[in-house]
Amino acid sequence: MKVGIVVFPGSNCDHDCFYVSKDVFGHDTEYIWHRETKADKFDCIILPGGFSYGDYLRCGAVARFSPVMKSVIDFARKGGTVIGICNGFQILLESGLLPGAMLRNNTVHFICKYVYIRTGNNSTRFTGLCQKDQVLKIPVAHNEGNYYIDDQGYEKLKQNNQIVFRYSDREGNVNEKTNINGSRDNIAGIINKQGNVLGMMPHPERSSEPELCSADGAFIFRSMFQWIERNKK
Amino acid sequence: MIEPKVYQGLGLTDQEYKQIEKILGREPSLTELAMFSVEWSEHCGYSSSKKYLKLLPKEGKYTGFVGEDSGGIVVDDLAVVFKMESHNHPSQVEPKQGAATGVGGIIRDIFTAGARPVASLDSLRFGPLSQPYNKYLLKGVVDGIQFYGNCLGVPTVGGEIYFDESYSGNCLVNAMNIGVTDKNKLARAQAGGIGNPIMYVGASTGRDGIGGCSVLASAEFSEGEEKRPTVQIGDPFMEKCLIEATLETLDTGYVIGIKDMGAAGLTCSISEMAFAGGVGMDVVLDKVPLREKGMKPWEIMMSESQERMLVCVEKGKEAEIKKIFDKWELNAVVIGHVTEKKNIFIKYQGEIIADIPADSLTCGKIFDLPFEEPEYIKETRKLNLKKIKEEGDYDQILLELLAAPSLASKHWVYEQYDHMVQTNTMVLPGSDAAVIRLKGTDKALAATTDCNSRYCYLNPFLGSQISVAEAARNIVCSGGEPAAVTDCLNFGNPNKPDRYWQFKNCIEGIIGSCKALSLPVISGNVSFYNESPAGAINPTPTIGMVGVIHDRSHVTTQTFKDQGDVIILLGETKEELGGSEYLKKVHGKVAGDAPELDLDLEQRVQKTVLKAIQQGLVKSAHDCSEGGLAVALAETCISDRENFLGAEIDLPDISCRKDAYLFGETQSRIIVSCSEDKIEPIKNIAGKNNVPCAVIGKVTGDRLKISLEKEKLIDLSLSEIHEQWYTGLETALNS
Amino acid sequence: MFEVKVNVTLKKTVVDPQGLTVKHALDSLGYKGLDEVRVGKLVTFKLDLNDKVQAEKQVAEMCQKLLANPIIEDYTYIISEA
Repeated sequence: MKVGIVVFPGSNCDHDCFYVSKDVFGHDTEYIWHRETKADKFDCIILPGGFSYGDYLRCGAVARFSPVMKSVIDFARKGGTVIGICNGFQILLESGLLPGAMLRNNTVHFICKYVYIRTGNNSTRFTGLCQKDQVLKIPVAHNEGNYYIDDQGYEKLKQNNQIVFRYSDREGNVNEKTNINGSRDNIAGIINKQGNVLGMMPHPERSSEPELCSADGAFIFRSMFQWIERNKK
Repeated sequence: MIEPKVYQGLGLTDQEYKQIEKILGREPSLTELAMFSVEWSEHCGYSSSKKYLKLLPKEGKYTGFVGEDSGGIVVDDLAVVFKMESHNHPSQVEPKQGAATGVGGIIRDIFTAGARPVASLDSLRFGPLSQPYNKYLLKGVVDGIQFYGNCLGVPTVGGEIYFDESYSGNCLVNAMNIGVTDKNKLARAQAGGIGNPIMYVGASTGRDGIGGCSVLASAEFSEGEEKRPTVQIGDPFMEKCLIEATLETLDTGYVIGIKDMGAAGLTCSISEMAFAGGVGMDVVLDKVPLREKGMKPWEIMMSESQERMLVCVEKGKEAEIKKIFDKWELNAVVIGHVTEKKNIFIKYQGEIIADIPADSLTCGKIFDLPFEEPEYIKETRKLNLKKIKEEGDYDQILLELLAAPSLASKHWVYEQYDHMVQTNTMVLPGSDAAVIRLKGTDKALAATTDCNSRYCYLNPFLGSQISVAEAARNIVCSGGEPAAVTDCLNFGNPNKPDRYWQFKNCIEGIIGSCKALSLPVISGNVSFYNESPAGAINPTPTIGMVGVIHDRSHVTTQTFKDQGDVIILLGETKEELGGSEYLKKVHGKVAGDAPELDLDLEQRVQKTVLKAIQQGLVKSAHDCSEGGLAVALAETCISDRENFLGAEIDLPDISCRKDAYLFGETQSRIIVSCSEDKIEPIKNIAGKNNVPCAVIGKVTGDRLKISLEKEKLIDLSLSEIHEQWYTGLETALNS
Repeated sequence: MFEVKVNVTLKKTVVDPQGLTVKHALDSLGYKGLDEVRVGKLVTFKLDLNDKVQAEKQVAEMCQKLLANPIIEDYTYIISEA
């Protein structure tokens, strides 16, 4: 299995994703510089967190035009597995691979803390190892994580079971109190209709080892890697 | 003919001007005058402090190294580089950019040493939040640190925040950074090799912060607003690209020396790199990338535009280096070369604008300033405890102390900082020290910043000794062995004998503690002239300390872990209230002497706790500091929001006033918790080290109950304690 | 040569937390009676073209492609002779 981690100028969680993929899960992992035009040799592509292009203008607005994105979009259209974390999620939104957009947190502050997210769909290739409604403890760190989608788009998300994670409490209750940033319906992560592209604001790479405060993030990586292994042609 | 008002406007005295003419053997050019003024200014030249800084110990248990702009220790095959620096005056004027560029500057000092920055800590001090401007400063400074640090992907994992009247009009922003690299990959900030090219890399040069260091940092505040134009603006995205480009460049092996352009910009980096390398430099200023039109040569030399570095490169390798910087879309241009003649020789538009011996710019003067014990000390020492009423509602007092902004939870602050990026953070902000793991090893680093400036005000010597001891204690409570110190020394005007006396005594105090605890001071910074019309700040020698946790299984946090565990107090409580939060908050007094410190006992207590932790006997460890025993116990019960655990404490009877027992700030005391079967082994270790050790209670229930001889002194629900402590800072901010 | 000023604002249907924060801050400074406070972006630049029609076409494209996110933002622009 070959894992590719895209690096934009300003990405800062690329090393963390590389470490988890290579050192924790033992997969053959490479960085993909944003100027590369071919990304088809990979089984899985990760768009990591950070501040690509300083988050200037809008998060991910400039990164989506990087040469590598044509290849990533192509890879995704062909059914390749893509996961966008935090800034990666924002880039997926800006490039149209996922529906909706990100706004500034309604608290107007950057938020970094451990949160709970409830699994809304455990049949995806990213959540196959999760129980139904399983609550995961994973940290967030973002300024613009307030997910927005219009009414029509929201109905489609629900119809197609695309809402994968919602901010909740430890017991799995999803309500205004547990909504850390104002996201519509507490949405913390979604997949595309095809089911091969996941975008999530929390950082699973920061919580994939027991040595750190939580290892729940490993559920997502393990599910994803396992699905890829089982479905390799 | 240069008129006095010209050089005086740059902060030079008549005497200094005469010296410049003597050195050059002629009248200086305007550019040369500007170069001397910034290099000789307090900030760069350390004129007032060098004499005493030289006395700080450089030896300790770990092999330390000291470079041009930073220093560190060697841990196995790794070099851990760290330093703390101040950015006080700019932050008082423009808090967001002042703090941001402070963070940027210190991080540049770390990665120019060849180390990847892995953690930041910030020690911040402001005037009381009852004043709107101080609220504005706190919000602005926190915003600046998060704006810059988060974008860089360097986690801000710790620090401290204090509020005191003495900082109104002059806040303190001390930024510390830690970086790690292979011990054979450290870089130096020296130029070398005659004919080797000097490359300018990074952002373009503009008019930012011109004269900032000589004008701002060397003069007291009179009117804040006027100084606004001299504050620098930071671009963290540019710096992130610079970090990656620099580390890639250093990996090539073609770099002879590298230095960042911080205070005094090009002037400082050119002259100091040349001097450090024992060479000279020929520079053609026309080559410098500019982002503003019509800049004069002296403006180019003095500009403090951020995110720029100077690199001395092996001849013939310029193109390869440029390729790396092109990849990251940064400027990289040859602006000069190394010369044998030890002069700084600068040309602009075909004209010679500077020709100065390199050593005359950097050596500056070393002042021997007069010092005198301040008059206030005699007054403040007159603390008669008999006149302090002992009776009170201790429940209420404890809640008030916990809600005070200096002691309350700082979660409002650190939840704005990305404190987890790089996935090394093992202990999140809020415990005694920050802990970050060292990937590829079994080890971790513990880091903290500490200084109780009220103690330093009452007794500079003892107060600074305590700052070092407390930092070491915090490291030990996290399972680490204290290894080395960086200091950020903040004082008033050194030309006033009472301020200088404070400075001298603080240095002597630091030396005493560091020698007793075997700690080298491997880097540091001095910030003078922290005064406003209201007066000088409290003497504030901030200590930044790094310790080594040899096995990650030793990592310990401050909160109780399980019901039924036993609570042990190591050390002994004395009847002291001097300099305490309690004395100030409840009785309105800043008086007495700082608490006693027996360095030998301190060492033995630390040794006991560390040994107990390393043997797996301890579940939690927390030292007693501001607010005393009661506050420390409260924190241990409620600082983990997901795991409140109450305690029933029965204090052993000692001859001590109740308020001093609960809230006095006696040093060298640590509270540990353990399972019942570990009491004897812990007592044994304490016994061997001759450390007082007493079981004082049990972890039980959902209340904090503290009794003395069956008399209930404290009985509070954990939710009530938590509510006051958790919301204290935000309440003060929104009031 | 043209001088271009592009105003990018959040769509009216999108909540603007920054605008709310600014409103509260102004209110606490004593400025009452404020409503619909919105925070947007101003992008200005010089465009080296001679034909205004072409300039308008290009500016509109820039707005649609990059300067504004059509899902959440609206834009207006003013093009004048430099």
